[in-house]
Amino acid sequence: MPKDGGIGASTLRREDIRFLTGKGRYTADINLRGQAFACFLRSEVAHGRIRSIDTSAAEEMPGVLAVMTGEDFTEVGGNPTGWLVQSRDGATMKEPKRPVLAHGKVRHVGDAYALVVAETYEQAKDACEAIEADIEELPAIVDMAAAVADTTNRVHDECDDNVVFDWGWIEENRAAVDAAFETAPHVTTLELVNNRLSPNAMEPRASIGDFDSGTGDYKLYTTSQNPHLTRLLISAFVMGIPENKLTVIAPDVGGGFGSKIYHYGEEAAVLAASKRLDRPVKWVCDRSEAFLSDAHGRDHVTKIQLATDMEGNFLAVRTETLANMGAYLSNFATCTPTFLHGTLMAGPYKTPHVYVNVKAVMTNTVPVDAYRGAGRPEATYSLERVIDKAADELGIDPWEIRRKNFIDPDQFPYTTPVGLVYDTGNYHATMDKLRELSDVAGFEARATESAAKGKLRGFGLSTWIEACGIAPSNLVGVLGCRVGLYDAATIRVNATGNISVLVGAHSHGQGHETVFAQLIAEKLGVDAKSVEIVHGDTSKIPFGMGTYGSRSLAVCGSAMMKAADKIIDKGKKIAAHMLEAAEGDIEFNDGSFSVAGTDRQKSFAEIAFSAYVPHNYPLETLEPGLEETAFYDPANFTYPAGAYGCEVEVDPETGGVDIVRFTCADDFGNVINPMIVAGQVHGGVAQGIGQALLEGVVYNEDGQLLTGSYMDYAMPRADDVPNFTVDHSCVTPCTHNPLGAKGCGEAGAIGTPPAVVNAVIDALHRAGHRHITHIDMPLTPSRVWTAMHG
Amino acid sequence: MKVTMTVNGKAMSAETEGRTLLSSFLREGLGLTGTHVGCDTTQCGACTVHVDGQPVKSCTVLAQDVAGRSVTTIEGMANKDGSLSVIQQAFQDHHGLQCGFCTPGMVMISAALLSEKPNPTEEEVRHYLKGNICRCTGYHNIVKAVMAASGADSQKLAAE
Amino acid sequence: MHDFELVKPASVAEAVAALGAEGAQALSGGQTLLPSMKQRLAAPERLVSLGDIAEMKGVCLGDRGLAVGGATPHAVVAREAKAHYPALAWLAGEIGDPSVRARGTIGGSLANNDPAACYPAAALGSGATIVTDRREIAADAFFQGLFTTALEEGEIITSVHFPIPEKAAYMKFAQPASRFALVGVFVAKFADGVRVAITGAGEDGVFRWTEAEAALGADFRPEAVEGLALSAGGMLGDMHGAPAYRANLVKVLTRRAVAAA
Repeated sequence: MPKDGGIGASTLRREDIRFLTGKGRYTADINLRGQAFACFLRSEVAHGRIRSIDTSAAEEMPGVLAVMTGEDFTEVGGNPTGWLVQSRDGATMKEPKRPVLAHGKVRHVGDAYALVVAETYEQAKDACEAIEADIEELPAIVDMAAAVADTTNRVHDECDDNVVFDWGWIEENRAAVDAAFETAPHVTTLELVNNRLSPNAMEPRASIGDFDSGTGDYKLYTTSQNPHLTRLLISAFVMGIPENKLTVIAPDVGGGFGSKIYHYGEEAAVLAASKRLDRPVKWVCDRSEAFLSDAHGRDHVTKIQLATDMEGNFLAVRTETLANMGAYLSNFATCTPTFLHGTLMAGPYKTPHVYVNVKAVMTNTVPVDAYRGAGRPEATYSLERVIDKAADELGIDPWEIRRKNFIDPDQFPYTTPVGLVYDTGNYHATMDKLRELSDVAGFEARATESAAKGKLRGFGLSTWIEACGIAPSNLVGVLGCRVGLYDAATIRVNATGNISVLVGAHSHGQGHETVFAQLIAEKLGVDAKSVEIVHGDTSKIPFGMGTYGSRSLAVCGSAMMKAADKIIDKGKKIAAHMLEAAEGDIEFNDGSFSVAGTDRQKSFAEIAFSAYVPHNYPLETLEPGLEETAFYDPANFTYPAGAYGCEVEVDPETGGVDIVRFTCADDFGNVINPMIVAGQVHGGVAQGIGQALLEGVVYNEDGQLLTGSYMDYAMPRADDVPNFTVDHSCVTPCTHNPLGAKGCGEAGAIGTPPAVVNAVIDALHRAGHRHITHIDMPLTPSRVWTAMHG
Repeated sequence: MKVTMTVNGKAMSAETEGRTLLSSFLREGLGLTGTHVGCDTTQCGACTVHVDGQPVKSCTVLAQDVAGRSVTTIEGMANKDGSLSVIQQAFQDHHGLQCGFCTPGMVMISAALLSEKPNPTEEEVRHYLKGNICRCTGYHNIVKAVMAASGADSQKLAAE
Repeated sequence: MHDFELVKPASVAEAVAALGAEGAQALSGGQTLLPSMKQRLAAPERLVSLGDIAEMKGVCLGDRGLAVGGATPHAVVAREAKAHYPALAWLAGEIGDPSVRARGTIGGSLANNDPAACYPAAALGSGATIVTDRREIAADAFFQGLFTTALEEGEIITSVHFPIPEKAAYMKFAQPASRFALVGVFVAKFADGVRVAITGAGEDGVFRWTEAEAALGADFRPEAVEGLALSAGGMLGDMHGAPAYRANLVKVLTRRAVAAA
């Protein structure tokens, strides 16, 4: 039985009170005295050369305060990419400049090339319409294969073949992999598309720049998952503002899913405009604008091959992928298809030989970057689809082919052929749990019921693993990452015994204010209600790397544990002084410091008070105060894993797919708040169902976005998804962090798409459509029907 | 033009243009920022409020067009003593929210459903909520919260 | 959106007068017009709100069938037409979502004539009469192509009269994103024949599937349309469904509508 409010308790979320009463404070809710409003003018063509921009008429419009263009930002730097990836031949990747506002050329529909600031938003928008731009339209580069084939038309002149890098992982494996394929008894080949998605956090991005001409300080309120990274990018790369003159505040943030990790040009632009006008400048993105400017996700075209023997033992895996970068390299764009994708291509399997090739391609589309799962869903999808196809070709049961290839529980730590060391896991256990929860025995009866309604029932299985808790700075540094990926926490015990915990992680739905308080309550033996979590303000919190990649608990949570250990150590020193005992004799248990073997003790509150009222301290050996900071840089990634099962009903007449059962069995290591973990899985699964059945960004050949609103981009709605059965009772604790936690945020988005597609293919096979070996996502009714009848 | 309407039981006024949307009137005119705007095509439902007891998407209603009417927003949903109403409490109890952005709209549409139909089936809940998009929860816990609230005395739903 | 003047007449006569001004446009529920104005695709100088005109609201049974006031919201039709014309009520209750149904009106929907809207199928499928401030228009003459109707500049739909069939049903297959009809089929069986109206599928908007009407007129069973082949020519095609797919849906949904009627 977990302690109330402690580790393992499904504590209700404290942040809910403000969200349920309309008291949340999101960036768009913040209004600063004297603020003006910004509106960005965005390109209507996918590719064009800017001949001239005439802003004179706009400047004369009512309420207009300033009009800025790319010319105003030629003196500042570009928005960099965070990872430098090396090509197979050893060459460093190309890194075309990404300016604050487009300059010289516009490179995608929605590329911002001018900014109007006015007294009201509508005035700014009116004035944008009065800007006269002469843009020479160039042929749009939309299709990746065409971009690679025709190098005369370039997105960036400095990227002469539209290919940023040609990456081999691991290049030294290549010959052995090719040799394994040459002698393999059976090879299964699958070509597939991992569809481009728009993240669609429900809160559109917003930023307010606030320059103080009195002090020269800048403040940026913005919708960010990691305010320190945003500050670092603006300071060190884009604007050159010293970090100690720039505060970045990410207040309540309405979801991120990756799209708010990155620094966007709008943030720099509102800061520059605020300085120019000496007034706060606010920008709030419309949803239509978000479709054209928030980083998209996925967009891989892949050929995957699996070599096996005739019993289904995996011998080798080989993939070739074109990964769409869009028109500019977003901050994490280059690591997503490489180190978050290629390194996972072993999956939970003991395949001896694996080789991954990825070409990153520039196109005249919105930049693509990490979206929930980031690279790992792409790897899992390719692998789990080709495995099902191989099982079908070999006549082996999908459960059985996975089981016989799993890394066994006694093989950990397990070094994969693609560079990772899995510390622990038990893939048999999660798949067995899934089988139990899925009521496999009852499937035939359910299929008969479906048939009576004219529906085709199918079951799809997938297993997944991810590397998360991103992660060791040593490792990512070797791989080309330009930042460290530790996290940090400060525990400030106040004089009256309550505690402020200032954390580098950022909460935008994850419930950190509740969960982190549970950790501290358990560790320090205090009431969770006396613990406040502070996040999102660089002027308060230590330098942390924010929240993405399911890292908050594993990395920032571990930093908190480390800081708490320091608090306990310091408390012991204070207690030793107060109790006139040797420090080594002081024990800390459940919130009190005592002298071992005696009943002499001081409560946590007494120690805290003493720390701030140090009337008789031996100041040479004991500092006043009770505040400690720790940075935690993990030794390895964490490796959560699981197995997902999906049951669908297909309407053969319309091609419509209904998900009727969905079951997840995950191993997240130790779980702090089961209620929140289940919620994370639900949300991830819904996004996975969205990718599998509904969502897909579509461009026409001119580079016009056809899915520019919820009228055409199909978001999962309440009636698109079933209730989910989720289980996380299989636990192999992470071996290298103090919590034994692995991370759960991305699981659903990773494991779900192949389970859904495998289920639909299974339904079609059972109905005799055996020629259908694959349908690309999203499996819309029209695509499914066309596969059956086309 | 100055527009007055009854908002959460009190007469409130703000200056408007013809084009001022009810959502802007509430957020900018009255400072009631609990009503959120998540799209511009009347799809997402984050801006849902009640006008004379009916749910509407306040981003697609002109403020002047509902002058004089009675509007309830998320800020008016708690009990008089400030405690959470049954529907709000059900959302907390069942973890029916994560980032909180769609939440005001979800609470308003759920309250409308329960006043129209106090004991809906799960299917009816999912159908009624289809004009409100949530990206975080996968709807599982939202549906659970509404079902739980429906089991409660409907008189205890937010005062309208 | 661009700014405009909002006027709120209390009667049809006042509304017609207000619509006489240059750049004036009628605003009914606004669920389509306001989003398109936000996108700056429409920029009227004056909007004439029909929301306060009591004489244009309500559902009542009369000797010409069911009369629905032009400014009656979908939610009211869904509720109040149920006892008299369940297929119409069901259709109204499937439009958009509850919030949209509380504002959107039948008159607004018919006047807009979106090729994927539901109400045009009900009006055409029922052989309804569209009554305006100045005349009556048969549904067969009213719909004249995508977003095009027989309405003149400034003409207002004051009510719609639906003859009540012996049997009717509407089947809608929703476009996954917008939830408008990817294809919607309204089938109505009258003493003197069957009408089948299709929305969402036709290149020119709502249309009657006359072959199906003839077949069902002779034999009102789902099997009656089995042998019919609807050509993909003239069907809409987009990312949500090619013409051939829509043609298939028309047939499938017609069968299902007949079965449900």
